[in-house]
Amino acid sequence: MTLNKILDKALTWLVPVAILVLWEVSARSGILAARLLPAPSSVALAFIATLRDGSLWANTLISGERALKGLAIGGILGFLLGMLNGLWPPAEKLLDSSMQMLRNVPHLAIIPLVILWFGIDEAAKIFLVTIGVLFPIYLNTYHGVRTVDRGLIEMGRVYGLKPTALLWRIILPGALPSILVGLRYALGIMWLTLIVAETISASSGLGYMTMNAREFMQTDIVLLGIIVYALLGKLADVATRWIEKRALAWHPSYQENAGAAI
Amino acid sequence: MNSVAQLKLKRLEPPDEEEFATPVAERESALGLPVTLNKISKRFGGRSVLNTLSLSIEASEFVAVVGRSGCGKTTLLRLITGLDPVSDGHLAIAGDEVRGLQGRVRLLFQDARLLMWQRVLNNVGISRDTGWRETAKQALQDVGLADRAQDWPAVLSGGQKQRVALARALVSRPGVLLLDEPFGALDALTRAEMHELLIRIWSAHRFTTILITHDVAEAVTLADRIIVLRDGNVALDQKVDLPRHRRSGAEAARLQNIVLGHV
Repeated sequence: MTLNKILDKALTWLVPVAILVLWEVSARSGILAARLLPAPSSVALAFIATLRDGSLWANTLISGERALKGLAIGGILGFLLGMLNGLWPPAEKLLDSSMQMLRNVPHLAIIPLVILWFGIDEAAKIFLVTIGVLFPIYLNTYHGVRTVDRGLIEMGRVYGLKPTALLWRIILPGALPSILVGLRYALGIMWLTLIVAETISASSGLGYMTMNAREFMQTDIVLLGIIVYALLGKLADVATRWIEKRALAWHPSYQENAGAAI
Repeated sequence: MNSVAQLKLKRLEPPDEEEFATPVAERESALGLPVTLNKISKRFGGRSVLNTLSLSIEASEFVAVVGRSGCGKTTLLRLITGLDPVSDGHLAIAGDEVRGLQGRVRLLFQDARLLMWQRVLNNVGISRDTGWRETAKQALQDVGLADRAQDWPAVLSGGQKQRVALARALVSRPGVLLLDEPFGALDALTRAEMHELLIRIWSAHRFTTILITHDVAEAVTLADRIIVLRDGNVALDQKVDLPRHRRSGAEAARLQNIVLGHV
């Protein structure tokens, strides 16, 4: 690596590091009240402390479990509904307009109703996540199936493919890029929904951890919770990118040597 | 790798008369099937596209269908493929009435219509019949793309995509091959290459070939017989009795003029 390249790399980190240093200095000198915004170093200490007593890990795990359960249920339901409505016009006629109407209701608006139905136990949070992820996956699956090139399906028929082969080899792979876009949206909504749900009513999980810390004025733990959320969001994004890179290896935009290969 | 590339280059050179006399592959006997159209009509709603059209195509004949856009060329191909039913009349392949899609007829589309998410070899072996890998490899070799079997279609050029599509059509050893302007989007050089390739493969396999084109020169270059379609019926039925390899020449020009006069 040349000196220029090192300088170039250093430049991108300059602003974040400067902010951290400035923040630390102002917190220590008392310009910032530690109650409102504790120094980065005390957030780091809180991280170590919660890691030692196991509370951070346990809360992250329980939140992760809720998120994945909701994603699995909502994702599968959305996918199946999307396939059904995309492939079978009577189902589309029957269900699609209702789905379009329901998706316009902000799903967090039904929190009071959900608390009435499920109380504040696990089912309430999983239900909210389910509703949250269902619509983006439904919409993108439906759209993906509807926009598969009709010419390819006609080709498949001319070349003797049976309906199941058409589904597995033409329709599903053709819809996959769109379905994965839906998954990416859904992952964002999944965390958002869970944070809100856990913040409002929970006795465990990351949202509970931060709300509990607020009660005791442990601002460092509140900040830590926010940072963990950011990291989990990033992790979900990395995971979808990884899936896309593998599942869409055929796609021109995922081929490193696409231009040079001809 | 090198020998394959050399083979490919060699295959793409203009074939000489001798190569036609001794087909490249003598793996199979002649299996072209005759196609008979007896007073067929096709209407979409109230609009009549084909009107009591009769045509008899012999087994292993190479026929070009020429006409202006909207003259019913593509409709004719879709009827023979079995994608659409005839409104009236009888359409038979080897004496059997056509009812729906059939394995002995293959259609090469205007666009290659490859599955972008499957490798070239899997595109060619789309039927997944037993032993498809071997037959697909063989077909790819026939079109000179044996070394691209494991590539994604996205990295192929337009001409290569059409060659893969041609290999896919050949895999099932069709009795009738229908071509819907498959070379229309290619540049002149690639198109000439494709012509050579098609003639070489047709000489070897002897399937009945019906090529739709709006390019009269292409029709004269390739076909034994040229049909001009106009207003949903046959306006000219012209034999092309020239030796193969007819890029130019006075006779070819004369035939082109005759055909152009009827389009």
